[in-house]
This record gives sequence, structure tokens and C-alpha cells, in this order.
Amino acid sequence: MASLLTQKSLVIGKLTKYVNDCAKRLSSHFIYYPDNEKPVSGETTKMNMMQAINNAMDITLRDDPTAVLFGEDVGFGGVFRCALGLQDKYGKDRVFNTPLCEQGIAGFGIGLATAGATAIAEIQFADYIFPAFDQLVNEAAKARYRSGGQFECGALTVRAPCGAVGHGGLYHSQSPEAYFAHTPGLRVVVPRGPIAAKGLLLVCIRERDPCIFLEPKILYRSAAEEVPVEDYTLPLGKAQLLREGTSATLVGWGTQVHVLLEVAQMAEDQLGLTVDVIDLQSILPWDEDTEECFLHLEAPVSRVAGWDAPFPHVFEPFYLPDRWRCFAQLNKLLHY
Amino acid sequence: MSKLLPSAAKFLTSSTIPKAAAPVVSSSSSKFSTKSEATFEIKPYKLHKLEQGPATSATLSSEDALKMYEKLAMLRRIETASGNLYKEKIIRGFCHLYSGQEAVAVGMRAAMRDVDSVITAYRCHGWTHLMGVSVLGVLSELTGRRTGCSRGKGGSMHLYGKNFYGGNGIVGAQAPLGAGIALAHKYRADGGVCFTLYGDGAANQGQLFEAYNMAKLWDLPCVFVCENNGYGMGTSVDRSSASTDYYSRGDYVPGIWVDGMDVIATREATRYAIDYCNSGKGPLVMEMETYRYSGHSMSDPGTSYRTRDEVQEVRQTRDPITSFKEKILSRELVTPDQLKEIDAQVRKEVDEATKQAKTEPEVGVEELTGDIYRNNLETLIRGLHPAAPLQHYEVAPRN
Repeated sequence: MASLLTQKSLVIGKLTKYVNDCAKRLSSHFIYYPDNEKPVSGETTKMNMMQAINNAMDITLRDDPTAVLFGEDVGFGGVFRCALGLQDKYGKDRVFNTPLCEQGIAGFGIGLATAGATAIAEIQFADYIFPAFDQLVNEAAKARYRSGGQFECGALTVRAPCGAVGHGGLYHSQSPEAYFAHTPGLRVVVPRGPIAAKGLLLVCIRERDPCIFLEPKILYRSAAEEVPVEDYTLPLGKAQLLREGTSATLVGWGTQVHVLLEVAQMAEDQLGLTVDVIDLQSILPWDEDTEECFLHLEAPVSRVAGWDAPFPHVFEPFYLPDRWRCFAQLNKLLHY
Repeated sequence: MSKLLPSAAKFLTSSTIPKAAAPVVSSSSSKFSTKSEATFEIKPYKLHKLEQGPATSATLSSEDALKMYEKLAMLRRIETASGNLYKEKIIRGFCHLYSGQEAVAVGMRAAMRDVDSVITAYRCHGWTHLMGVSVLGVLSELTGRRTGCSRGKGGSMHLYGKNFYGGNGIVGAQAPLGAGIALAHKYRADGGVCFTLYGDGAANQGQLFEAYNMAKLWDLPCVFVCENNGYGMGTSVDRSSASTDYYSRGDYVPGIWVDGMDVIATREATRYAIDYCNSGKGPLVMEMETYRYSGHSMSDPGTSYRTRDEVQEVRQTRDPITSFKEKILSRELVTPDQLKEIDAQVRKEVDEATKQAKTEPEVGVEELTGDIYRNNLETLIRGLHPAAPLQHYEVAPRN
């Protein structure tokens, strides 16, 4: 009996160790590839993605007197501190906390934007955006169309942290962009790092159609770059070619771009091949020109993605389309 | 706004000349009323967390009476026309009629200022007209024609106008928008109040309570108006709501119960609500108890969850138009001839608009892909067939 118990605890111990190892591996399931190209010349300063987003909102609140930032706990900066210091700087009437009610936040933001204000709404986690799904898909996206162009809420930008961080589990890890990608009237954008985040957030805020801006939350602190200090925007609906090659094309967005950049390096080192890496950036609309890459197919398109399962907590390392799964799929493609 | 009626026009002109010259005593002519104003008692309001409610009596001038009667008659007539157009299969899809509830909108509108805004649900035909859209603008939106106020692209549930933030199709989804619009009023300090209307059915939607909370937390000039017509689709209030005292369901938001069948009561309550919100006290809930004669929508005959007798009884005893008519006639504010003239004029205007709403063309098929975005980055809109994309059109002017 005693030995059985020992055996059992040994197994559990091994399992725990294994899971812990996975968790360790997780925290660095990708290597961050900083952007070296600057979209504008001029002074830069080192910012992580949280600071770059903060900087973009700071510029907006400074230059646009109608701009208002609200969401759950944004008063003290929000759980990820993207709004840090903005309430102190711009006052409680422009940067304020909302109750915990996502549907209300979205509808409120739509009304506010419809009435002429620049509304930046933060949904605390992208996983919490679903109560607001109706407002965003049925109300925000269709406002212009269904009123025959008389009313619109284009000044609304909804920001939400998305994606895996290693321990988020079911309700703090999801990437809901695909749901919104099928909604005419919305724009959906996911940045891959601080420089992209600042330029894309600013263009989303100024865009005259409602935007869903999803921020891969693991990049908030782990991604740092030399970010231009001045105001700049990046184009919506444009992908970016980050690495050129001849054998295959890898497409991703957000954190996954960095996984793919590593896979491209692995292909070069281990297979002696070069591949394209494209950051889609804009999920809706897709970049029309970049889409033409599908006209040159020599093998069927293959997808490497999370499994068709709810986002698993303890099995996150097996769920993510990590470099090994991507590399294996690339190998398969090359031998088609 | 409908055309000013000849009799009302005469009256308006006469009111600009000294009172002594006004035809106050003219029993010889049935064209003119005999009294210039009268005071009416209002069924007591029920109050929730309020010390004092709206005035329980109100004075109505002859001019007011004529105007309100005209609006009431117009709204009823528009809905009769809508119902017929639907039965003729000229209105397609959804159609929710307001008949029976006219006193709510007409009384409220009579008290509202131009700076105030309205957002409501899908029973919105009458409201749209009261907010300034022509009868043709309403009816041809219902028939999906180019003269419709949303170019025929919104249909029955999505009518819009100046300061009228729409008919909205999702039950209760307009409530938080109303709070947002109210914040815009507050932020701009324009003194406006946003009237956020919903039905007893939507009163149980979660987002309504989210909107109450935000509105009270930030003391927004928002009046939540619950048009309680007794039935949320096919379910009576007693079967859908743990508390049917809708005026008290804002909890910390003070509320008033109003007889929504009495246009004088709804006007007085709205005046009170505007004063209340403008004094910086924040939001208010107004329950307007009313009744709808038709089913929830045209696909609901409206007789499976209530008896025909019940509908008949309301028509005979509480109808907002008949009861108002009796009141103003018995107090000699107006004459039967004046009302007949209004009825004829309303009928003529709605008939003409109905005719035109049937014959106007629809907007071109190219508007299938019009105004999806302000600035369409792809230029083409993808459809089912990859080789046949459609062009995106900018129809409404961009500013």
C-alpha cells in the first residue's frame, strides 16, 4: 500500500515537473524580433508595447479635445497599465472607469461616437468582448449602412488585450479576431510590436469606421523597440513583408509573426532555404495586393493553428502553433 | 412636420393679434372654438424616490389642443396605412405598429425642445414623423424606396432623423446608446436631454441596467422611458417580470408612473423630466402605461395571448385619441368641424404619401455595396463569385 502511494506521488511529481517544464518553455514560446525599420525619421525612444500604446492615446487626448478614454479600471491605467498616468494628465471627465458591463461599454461608446466624440473603449480582456459582440456586430458595424449614411460611429475604437501569455486559460487567452473578420463595417487590426502598435492605433482612432484593435498582451512588456516620438500612422488594410524568400510564404499576425520569423531562420539554417514572412496586420480588410500571393501556389495552402478546442489552461504548450509545428508543416509543404 | 392645417393656421394668425380681437366668442361659427384655454386634471402619478412629481393639472390652449389632435390623428393614420401596405405585400420583412400608443410620443414631443434627442426601439414610425421626417419619408422607408429617410436601406426598424438616433432592431440594445448620447449632451453642455425609449419586454434586458448604472453614476441627462404596452411580444408583463412596477426598477434612479393613454399627462411628465435632468440631478425613469392594438409585429395576430374583448374594451374606454377628443370637445376648446377638417387633411396627406411610397423607385442595386465604409480600402467588395466582385459606392456625402 505504502509503495503504491509512493509510486503514485512519484507519477504526480513527474507530471508536475513536466507541466512546470512546459510552463517554463511557454514563457519563451517565441523570440521577439524587434522592428529595425522606422516608419518616420526623427527622435526615437525605447518603449515597450504598453508604453507605445500609452503614447498613442496620450497624443490623441492631447490633440483631440473630443477624445475620451474609458473602460474597466482604466482610471489607474487598466490591468495592463496601458492608460497609466492619462487620468492624472487629462482629468477624470476624459479618462474614466466604467462598471463591469462590456455590452454597456460598447453601446455607450457607439452612442458617444455617433454623437461626435472620439471614443476609445477598453475591454479588459478580448475574452470579455463577447457580451459586447451584439453591440459591435449589429449596432456599430451597420450604423452607417442602415441609416443610409446619415449616422455612423466611426470615431469608436475598441481596444482589447488578446492572445496567450502562458497561464491565461480559457477566458484570458483567446484571439477573437476571426469572429469579427466576417463583419462588414468593422475594421480589425492586430499589431506585432510597439512601432506597429503606435502607428496602427493612431490610424484606427482617426479612421471614420469603427475599429477593433486587438493587442497581443504578452507583447506589452516583452516587446521593446526604438519608437518614433512624434505622431505617425501606418496604413490600414496593408500587410507588411518582413522577410523575403523563394521557397514558401509564411503569413501570420500579432505574436505569431515572431514565431514565423524564427521558423524562417530555422529553414535557412537547417534546410538552406529562404521563405517570405508576411505580417497581415489588418485582419479586416485583408491586403488586396498581398492576397495575390495565392495566385502562385505550388501546393495547397496549409493552416497551422490552435486546435478546435476551447483554449486549454494546462495544455497551452500543446495548443499553440509553436515553431516546431510551423516548421513541421513547412517541411511537409516543401515536399508536396 | 405635416402641413399646417387651414383652421390651425387661422388660429395661429389670430393669436398674434391683440387678445380682445381674438374670436373667443363666436358661437355663430362652428369653425372656431369658443374657449381659448382649459385646465385638465391628470390621473395621479406614482412616484419612486421622488418627493414631488409633475403637476397634476395642466392648462391646454385651443391651439395646443388642435396641434396635438392633429399629431395623434396623423400617427394613427400612418400606422393604418402601414398595416395596409404590409397586407398588400408592399412592405416586406418586419413591421411593428404603434396604434394605441400615440399619446406617449405626441405628449412627449410637445414638451421637448429642439436640443433634445430621442432613441427608441423598432416601433418607431410615429416617432420618426414627430422628429421631423415627412410622412413620405417614413412610408417610403417602409416600402424600401429611395425617398425613404434611410434611402430605403433601413426599413421599418431603422428610421432616422435629426436628433433621432433611430429605430433600433435589437431588444434593449438602444438603452446604453442613449446613455452615451446623454453624456454627449452633458459634455457639450448644450442643455439637451436624451429620451431613451424601450418597451416592457426590453425592461428585462441586462444592458438596460448597465445603462441605468452608468447614467446615475455620472448623473447624465437621460430619461429612460419604458413604454409599457402590457406585452413583450406574446408575453404579458405579469408573466415576464418579477416586478411590473417599471418606474421603480431603476432602483437608485428615481421614477414616475404616467398614464400613457393621456396625452396631457405625458406632456406634463416630460416637462417635469426635462427640468429634473437639467437641474443636474441625473437620470429619471418614466413608465408610460399604454396599450398596443396590433400584434407585436405583423406576423402576430395579437389574439392568442389576450382576448379580443380586452382589446375592444381598451379601444372603447381608454383610446388615446377618442378620450382626448372627448375632453377637448366637452371643454369647448375645439369644435367638431375643426376636428373633422383635421381628419380630412391627415387622411389626404397620408393617402398621397402612400401612393407615392408605392410608386417611387428603389435605390439602384449598386447601393448593395454602398456606404459600408467611409473609405473603402479594397475598392471592391468580395461576393460569392471570385470573378465578380462589386464596387464600393460612397452614396451619402462624406464630411
